[in-house]
Amino acid sequence: MLTFAIRRILTAIPTLIFISLVLFLVLEAAPGDPLADMPLTIPPEVREKIRLAMGLGEPWYVRYVLWLNNFFVTEPLYWFDRTFDTAFAEGRQRILSYQTRSPVFDTIAERLPQTLLVVGSGMLIGILIALPIGVISAYRQYSWFDQLGTFISMIGFSIPTFVTGVVLIVIFAVWIPNSSPFWLPTIFDTSLKVTDWDSFVTQIRQMILPVTVLALYYAAQISRYMRSAMLDNLGQDYVRTARAKGMTESVVVLIHVLRNSMIPVVTVITLLIPGVFTGAIITETIFKVNGIGQQLLLSLQGNDAPMVLTITFIFAVLIVTFNLIADVLYGLLDPRIRYD
Amino acid sequence: MTDATATRRPRAPRNQWWDVWDQFKTHKGALFGSVVFVLTLALVLFGPWLWDADPRLTNIRARNQGMSWAHPFGTDQLGRDIFARIIAGGKTTLAVGMAAMVLSMILGTLVGVLSGFFKRLDGPLMRLTDLFLALPLLPLLLLMVMLFREPLVLSFGPETGIFLLIVTAIAITSWMNTARIVRGEVLSIKEREFVLAARSIGTPPRRIITRHILPSILSPIMVSATLGIANAVITESALSFLGLGFPPDFPTWGRLLQDGMPYINLYPSRVLWPALALSALVLSVNYIGDGLRDALDPRIRGR
Repeated sequence: MLTFAIRRILTAIPTLIFISLVLFLVLEAAPGDPLADMPLTIPPEVREKIRLAMGLGEPWYVRYVLWLNNFFVTEPLYWFDRTFDTAFAEGRQRILSYQTRSPVFDTIAERLPQTLLVVGSGMLIGILIALPIGVISAYRQYSWFDQLGTFISMIGFSIPTFVTGVVLIVIFAVWIPNSSPFWLPTIFDTSLKVTDWDSFVTQIRQMILPVTVLALYYAAQISRYMRSAMLDNLGQDYVRTARAKGMTESVVVLIHVLRNSMIPVVTVITLLIPGVFTGAIITETIFKVNGIGQQLLLSLQGNDAPMVLTITFIFAVLIVTFNLIADVLYGLLDPRIRYD
Repeated sequence: MTDATATRRPRAPRNQWWDVWDQFKTHKGALFGSVVFVLTLALVLFGPWLWDADPRLTNIRARNQGMSWAHPFGTDQLGRDIFARIIAGGKTTLAVGMAAMVLSMILGTLVGVLSGFFKRLDGPLMRLTDLFLALPLLPLLLLMVMLFREPLVLSFGPETGIFLLIVTAIAITSWMNTARIVRGEVLSIKEREFVLAARSIGTPPRRIITRHILPSILSPIMVSATLGIANAVITESALSFLGLGFPPDFPTWGRLLQDGMPYINLYPSRVLWPALALSALVLSVNYIGDGLRDALDPRIRGR
């Protein structure tokens, strides 16, 4: 197991470097000019100096290695300095955004909490809904509950978040009048500070719609897996043995079967976690949550190569890391699985 | 002579596809899905004859109208007929979905067969597949569409250029699952006796693949293709919804949804029609995929 984990980590590193190279080269092929939004009155020689100051004078491979160095050495050093009050990163150049001219990681740090709050709670609620639905659906296969549950999960699985989001906006913000207590805001207000009960209620109310959209999406996916994993296990011999030993039905289902069925489901949930960051682009756009996905979209539209590269690469790191965790977890949870 | 043999055998031997169809018929969701899908297809193909309003004709005097006989779904902010736009949008949406699915199936099957059949290619091709699976797909799609939009539009014109771009982008980011499934199937089929027999009489690998292996792995490819349509339609609509898809002159359902968003407070029906059409299409395709998977599985069929 340990050798497997080490081998996986060692293969993950070249994968990540290759991905970063691909992303860098794709961005390099971009026709956009980072100086395009500057006033036309700037004389050409000054423009050339600005270009050099932004580090654009070097060939692409030099800039790529510099970016790698910034991402893996300088930025962690800055983070270390800030946490432990040291001065290792003194005088080092950080990754700067073309648009804001401020460090890319500062912008990401500003936007990450909103994404984590909204998308994370959506996923958490989705899991909490999905597990009981999956268990009951499988236990009472082909009952009306199962039929309804499968139908709803098919809907949640098929209908993309931008359709559910729009339909919920029409229902809760357009058809229900503004004065009604059931009316819900559709624009996420980040400047809201939770200080007392009223602001807490406002915060909850503005989170309801985006969280519902995401929870439905995740619940649909996870409950399908939960149901089929439970069905696989309910027919196994050990279930008959447990019943024959005279165990109560709740012990058989909730302890024996559920624990074994959770193995694939935990893996699926682990694989879905990077989607908390990447898949939220659409939900964040609909409900105007100024999270990391919305920032990516804005930077893409503004030709902000360093920001786009850094955010997409962080997504790639998350995907690779969680794939690795899922593989290792699967081996740890299920003793029948041996990688070597 | 032929008459005599025909009377002696009262029933023609049943094709296996009839068994598949019998099993498919028992899946209610799949049947309903097929009906919805065929209706959508019919609306999109024959809609322009039934309803000959021009989706691009602007008429400012008749803007923002509600439902009426002249405009069944009303008109938009430029007075364009929404029903005609939905028909035109469905055509693009379905065309993109089908084309991207076909391209992604070709890519996936090619990679899967090559890596399953030729041991030497297995390692590198599967590494490549894993690499693609680790890419953040939606950001990468956005990046590709953003970057290659202008050069393609300049060389192929706005409609064809963006069509080619979106279809290729979706196919490049969605072939990996098909490749993995196909590889697994090829690995198991390749060890069967009939392949061994074909090889022992000196059949070249190219012909073993086309004559023996491809027909045997048709069913997982078909299921994968159905789900591929749903995936492609959703991806295209997501791109259009984020404003990176087709230009407003060539509406798709995602684009119509995005166009309706600024008017959602005053005219909510403008977003509901494309949302409904899109959901019905994706849901029906997914149900067909479910039914096909059951029908093509020989362990379930005949029970």
